[in-house]
Amino acid sequence: MLRIEGITQIFGGLRALENVSVTVRQGLITGVIGPNGAGKTTLFNIITGLYTQTSGKVFLDGTDISGFPPERLATLGLVRTFQNIEMFSRMTVLENVLVGLHTRSRSGILACALKLPWHLAEERRMREDAFRRLEFCGITDLAHIVAGALPFGKCRLVEIARAMAVNPRLLLMDEPAAGLNSRETAELEELLRKIQEAGATVVLVEHDMELVMNICDAIVVLNLGKKLAHGTPRQIQENPEVIKAYLGEG
Amino acid sequence: MKRDYLLFLLFILVVLAAPLAFRGYLLNVLIFMGINTMLAVALNLLLGFAGQISLGHAAFFGLGAYLSGILTATYGCNPWLALAVAAVAVGLLAFGLGFPILKLQGHYLAMATLGFGIIVNIVFNETVAYTGGPSGLSGIPNLRLGRTRFDGDLKNYYLIWTFTLATMLLGINLAHSRIGRALRAIHDSEVAARVMGVNARILKVQVFTLSAIISAVAGSLYAHTMMFIAPASFGFTFSVELVTMVIIGGLGNIFGSFLGAALLTILPELLRVVRDYDIVVYGLLLIVMTMYMPGGLAGGVAALARWIRTTRNRSVDHAQD
Repeated sequence: MLRIEGITQIFGGLRALENVSVTVRQGLITGVIGPNGAGKTTLFNIITGLYTQTSGKVFLDGTDISGFPPERLATLGLVRTFQNIEMFSRMTVLENVLVGLHTRSRSGILACALKLPWHLAEERRMREDAFRRLEFCGITDLAHIVAGALPFGKCRLVEIARAMAVNPRLLLMDEPAAGLNSRETAELEELLRKIQEAGATVVLVEHDMELVMNICDAIVVLNLGKKLAHGTPRQIQENPEVIKAYLGEG
Repeated sequence: MKRDYLLFLLFILVVLAAPLAFRGYLLNVLIFMGINTMLAVALNLLLGFAGQISLGHAAFFGLGAYLSGILTATYGCNPWLALAVAAVAVGLLAFGLGFPILKLQGHYLAMATLGFGIIVNIVFNETVAYTGGPSGLSGIPNLRLGRTRFDGDLKNYYLIWTFTLATMLLGINLAHSRIGRALRAIHDSEVAARVMGVNARILKVQVFTLSAIISAVAGSLYAHTMMFIAPASFGFTFSVELVTMVIIGGLGNIFGSFLGAALLTILPELLRVVRDYDIVVYGLLLIVMTMYMPGGLAGGVAALARWIRTTRNRSVDHAQD
């Protein structure tokens, strides 16, 4: 589904990523792990069009999407969430999710300003749709609360509901469990399974090893900008290279 | 959302009834208030919704006024046609200008729009053959509708406020729509908005263009109402005044823009009593208001309403005790 070929990213004199190639299979949850500074977030930023890589290509279902801006990727069903949650903090939770429906609505600036009839019909449809997304994430009761007033754990859920509103085929999540307590992490795990059942392919960067080992079908390990290993959780746990990278040489 | 429309309905009634209480000079002040409100709402779409600064909006206002003025006074064009031509021409200019200029952010965008405003003002001053230069352009005809000529204060009041109310309605509609939400999303986090599929670049240019068109229409109306225009009305100072109206009124709040425009229209008139010290009082008021009313006048009014409600509830509780 997603194929990354020979990605290299150089920042000044720093090689953040060096010739990284990964293939992500459809329908799976793939975890990307590695020590701090391994290049995980950089890789995400390249796939989602926020950075332009020094060299290498990204393919989505065989189409070369290297250098596509994020708004174009969203129309292709590629969406991401952020490590430090980029909430629309002055808007309500419902409005946040409605922004996620942007690509699947059409009304232009004039139709909106003049309140043309088709715009009103579309607005009604969008609200119903948005409430379905809220229900999916179990936050219907928060619909009319301003997002900036929510605790961190709830913001995560809003961000996921917002991303799901785009109907992602591929959802990239940057440390979704960061800052969550153990109960919230368990809820997240359940939600991730629901997302997978809903047909989305998920790639997540995560430091919570328990979550990663529990939920991921495949794991990619990065270290110092290079791909160290790629395999099932069990293979990764038994891989001597990975153990060395994490624990240092004995 | 429903509350906004209810408030708007009430507002229309107040606007319709206002001439019963205000006449002559005061009615004239209300006409200016209408034009300023229109401009503040236009700028609010850009500054309050999309979060993009413009320190050159007086230029769009001035271009509308001069295009309309020159077409009618010099070339004898029909005033309504001139208004339409001015709106379209300024719209095209803003659209063309928007793509390069809105790539800039923060201080750089402020500088670029500031530069644009100054250039346009210099053009007004220097192209004497067309604009009459610093001494202004006179002989601009009034607008007409059938047999009615908009020449008196009362007629102009209703003319201007019809356009102002229409602009406010556009703003309120937009606020609660797909586009309004996308603009506010860009304001809060442009990167997240883009990831959600919002084409921030195009949308910013669109709202910039819409804002410029409304400003140009306000300029046209101003020219045909005053029948005389001069470059001094469209300078840098007025651009800053517009930004002040929007911020004092409350960013992203359409009624706030009216409050901000109303205050900045009335204040200079009120401060005539203190003569030369008006600028000092003016400055102090602005400082105090931005310090203690971060949500602007609109936020202040809302907070006041909440306070009254809670104190009333409390006194009811006491009565029950």
